[in-house]
Amino acid sequence: MNKYFHSVELDADKCCGCTNCLKRCPTEAIRIRDGKANILSERCIDCGECIRVCPHHAKKARSNQLEEIEQYKIKVAMPAPALFGQFNNLDDIDYVLTGLRAVGFDYVYEVSRGAELVSEATRMLIRENKLKKPIISSACPAVVRLIKIRFPELCDNVMPLQAPMEVAAQMARREVRGMTGLSDDDIGVFFITPCPAKVTEINSPNHADKSAVSGAIAISQLYPALTHAMEHLNTVEPIAKSGLIGVGWATSGGEAAAMLGEKYLAADGIENVIRVLEELEDDHIHALDFIELNACSGGCVGGVLTVENPYVAQARIHNLRKFLPVSLNHLDDNDLKIMMWENELKYNADSFRLSDDLFEAMEMMDKMEHICSELPGLDCGSCGAPTCRALAEDIVKGKAKETDCIHKLKEKIQSVYDQLSTL
Amino acid sequence: MSSIHLHYDVSGDDFTRAGEASGSVKKRLKALGYNTDAIRRVAIAMYEAEINMVIHADGGFCDVDIYPDKVEILLSDHGPGIPDVEKAMQEGFSTAPDNVRNLGFGAGMGLPNIKKYTDEMRIETTLGVGTNLYLTVKAQ
Repeated sequence: MNKYFHSVELDADKCCGCTNCLKRCPTEAIRIRDGKANILSERCIDCGECIRVCPHHAKKARSNQLEEIEQYKIKVAMPAPALFGQFNNLDDIDYVLTGLRAVGFDYVYEVSRGAELVSEATRMLIRENKLKKPIISSACPAVVRLIKIRFPELCDNVMPLQAPMEVAAQMARREVRGMTGLSDDDIGVFFITPCPAKVTEINSPNHADKSAVSGAIAISQLYPALTHAMEHLNTVEPIAKSGLIGVGWATSGGEAAAMLGEKYLAADGIENVIRVLEELEDDHIHALDFIELNACSGGCVGGVLTVENPYVAQARIHNLRKFLPVSLNHLDDNDLKIMMWENELKYNADSFRLSDDLFEAMEMMDKMEHICSELPGLDCGSCGAPTCRALAEDIVKGKAKETDCIHKLKEKIQSVYDQLSTL
Repeated sequence: MSSIHLHYDVSGDDFTRAGEASGSVKKRLKALGYNTDAIRRVAIAMYEAEINMVIHADGGFCDVDIYPDKVEILLSDHGPGIPDVEKAMQEGFSTAPDNVRNLGFGAGMGLPNIKKYTDEMRIETTLGVGTNLYLTVKAQ
């Protein structure tokens, strides 16, 4: 496997080298080289913003096809709660869950069940008061990756608990093993995902060596088959086993509200998330126990692999929750132990530093400041870097040259022309 | 290369812009791969000092020198000066006006916090002339 697995990738045939994704990438991870928007692997957090903004659909997310579930004896679907917000007039989650059975899954385990366990575990950890406050949610993998590459001093604030997807996968496997006597190799557990960051998390987890999830199928990809199946159901099976706390995780604020306390903050949208993290790092945010951060606007319902407008989905989730009991899943004695992270979150300084040698880095920065002062400061993106400063950085790293700046190039041509005309 | 010198003008009329200088320094220190604890302390102390300049002194300027083993910061203003430095260093002592307190600033923790997060701190102040605040954060 590559050092960095990414689910977001470029379809070079469709990319025309425009600057839409370049300007919107929150970690400045895109450079247009040879007319194509390449992704800098060490900086990409798989948030999917480039997929969202590309007018040519040249950025896409890798995920699994429905047919791939066939390689397993038992096929388990794990729908993200965001899936329940994608359907018009849905008043019973069991329609969706029975629909998943109809498209080929043997067993359905809602991720919202895992979410309820995570909520309970978080409340317990807050009560025990052993974690560094404020505790930052670890549920959104794009946010966790962002902290890992950009916020060294906040790594210790991230809650060392696995995300609901991972917890649900472990619980689902335990149940299926118990019912069938099969081994883990025969059980395929597929997450029905609203976002590419989760696909990355499955293939290259932040917290463990290997994920218990076998693969991920995009909500948008499964949607046609699933809606067709749901329209042709004969009976609706009573499958749902999660309450309003678990389903509430689909939208921003749901996880934080499940803390049942008042000292929390919930921010969504990657730019807002970055602002909160910057302020946390500078010690401006006080007196909070818990911070929920979602890379997508509206929370998981805003994921780029969903089909419905996130605010419509949010309203539907709100409506669905009204009829549900509070919580149907509770921790057993040993559950907390298997939910804790195997590996602690370590800062990866490589993504943004100029050199691993401080003296060399200082020299590079000195040159960079000088180059930057000579550039026009328009941040136009025509050179292929998102800002003039980013171009200066690329130049000192030997990855670009000054005349990549079209304004610099124009000056140079003008001066050559002037010289020639005096001959 | 012995140090990197950075200069910032701190505007006095806009609260929301306080933090631009400290944010910029923080970004550069991360790009250098600087000691992460020192980055955090520089960012916190400098932001506090910037806010002080905006609240009390109508802005000023800020000079930063980054050395391999330490960061030196000078924050200079032409404000009213600090009449009693010892008193200003007490936690909770504040002369900030109400409109500033309403925004959650002016709790009287500015100078004490700056002292807490830096390794060296020196104040030169003259009433009616202005204040120079010298800070040093060492990279341990």
